[in-house]
Amino acid sequence: MALEELYKEVILDHYKNPRNKRDLPGGELSCALNNPLCGDQITIHAHLDDGRMAEVTFEGSGCSISQASASMMTEAVTGRSLEEAKRLAGEFRGMMEGAVEPDEASLGDLVALKGVVKYPVRIKCAVLAWDAFQEAVSGPGQT
Amino acid sequence: MIGELDVARIRKDFPILERRVHDRPLVYLDSSNTSQKPRQVIDRVSEFYERHNANLYRGVYELSEEATAMFEDARARLAQFIGASDPGSVIFNRGTTESTNLVAHGYARKVLRPGDEILLTEMEHHSNLVPWQFAAQATGATLRFIPLAEDGTLDLSGLESLLTERTKLLGVSGMSNVLGTMPPLERLAAAAHAVGAVIVVDGAQLVPHATVDVQALDIDFLTISGHKMLGPTASGGLYGRRELLERMDPFLGGGEMILEVYPDRSTFKAPPWKFEAGTMNIAEEIGLAAAIEYLEELGMRAVRRHEQEITAYAIARLTEAGATVFGPRDVEQRGGAVSFWFKDIHPHDLAQILDQEGVCIRAGHHCAQPLMRVLGVPATARASFYIYNSNDEVDALVGALERAEAIFGA
Repeated sequence: MALEELYKEVILDHYKNPRNKRDLPGGELSCALNNPLCGDQITIHAHLDDGRMAEVTFEGSGCSISQASASMMTEAVTGRSLEEAKRLAGEFRGMMEGAVEPDEASLGDLVALKGVVKYPVRIKCAVLAWDAFQEAVSGPGQT
Repeated sequence: MIGELDVARIRKDFPILERRVHDRPLVYLDSSNTSQKPRQVIDRVSEFYERHNANLYRGVYELSEEATAMFEDARARLAQFIGASDPGSVIFNRGTTESTNLVAHGYARKVLRPGDEILLTEMEHHSNLVPWQFAAQATGATLRFIPLAEDGTLDLSGLESLLTERTKLLGVSGMSNVLGTMPPLERLAAAAHAVGAVIVVDGAQLVPHATVDVQALDIDFLTISGHKMLGPTASGGLYGRRELLERMDPFLGGGEMILEVYPDRSTFKAPPWKFEAGTMNIAEEIGLAAAIEYLEELGMRAVRRHEQEITAYAIARLTEAGATVFGPRDVEQRGGAVSFWFKDIHPHDLAQILDQEGVCIRAGHHCAQPLMRVLGVPATARASFYIYNSNDEVDALVGALERAEAIFGA
């Protein structure tokens, strides 16, 4: 597979110009995870308002796949209900496991990360932000 | 041909170097991780299984005697290779990690008392740090660290305040797997002995790439990794000064390490067999003997000179291409593990792109997370060289970096 399938334009754009990359004072949910293999670090912050993901931000450093995935994830889940966001997380994970054919209508830009499936070592990079998100929203009182 | 090594001829001995990766010639620049194996080593292992395979010591029959002789001959060869006069001072095991754990368990736990100190350096591999953490936690001893200087060498200016009568053990890498740094071992050994401490040298990177003489350097313990010096994985072992080995407790209990066993107690063999429980890595250590013969034929001085030349070339080419190279510039003070950071492209992205060009490098923290924090980077890319690498391969590396730059528009 050509390298361009992995490093798609949209991924590089999110990497170089990350969306929602900031602290979130007052965000009641957060989770920090790292990928010891690469040294990728991601902290997810989220603010729930009336059962919806009102604001989701991230902080961290790492490879292009981990950071772009985090950036795309914050965009994808913001505005969704908690249930929808969790369903989306499941769908993304399914795509990364190669088990689910990605639906562009719901995943949007995230479909660009499909190419990562061909590089098993990098799948951990792509799902790191999602792991952190899922842990943040399943924290105490959020099950 | 670089220096005294005929690289083209050497490459013919390594079958794997003929293969292609992603339809490109394999450019293997990860020998600090594990080295490739020459035909001579592969054949020796095959020959052992095809003609001599039996367990050691306990057979009265011809095969077992042959296997035992080959295994003990490998021990003698390894002892001679590192300048040890007594083959019995070499314990065979899976390599450096197991060796460090053996010293930490059998020696450090026995001698350390609360308030004692273990002195390490900021550049140690996790395998020369975590076992000492275990020993310190078990005994109440404290870990201290020799800092790095700006140029990637050890800052020994404060050694007198770090190495005191409280220090019972100094653990130091003979050659950093990240920076290539080669500390002055003779000086450190003398300084350790002056305060009554023992010195444990992590030889994972040093032994494959330079002449080591444990007696001339006056080293107490040296850990040896066979798979980084052309040998099979899970070969290698530990050199220990005889009187220290005598004092040490066994680590693993079981068959072969005992003299007499009663329901409630046992007596043990003398070193090195006291530390070799169960069926050993017989074929691997016998294969390591072939690796040592191969290196001795080339001559370790020639090996070292070849690597100094290719390392100097790599540092110059990488710097010219815009990379930041970590570690000492002077190849007299370093080995051929060259870590670098290239134009803000994360090392994992870099390694992935290089792989598509057939170039194998390592990316990550190199099992040295504390060192990454000192360097202020999350990870580095690392190219490392051995006897079969050429300047052409350094050029291939630099060419592949340009491809990465094109993709990332850095």
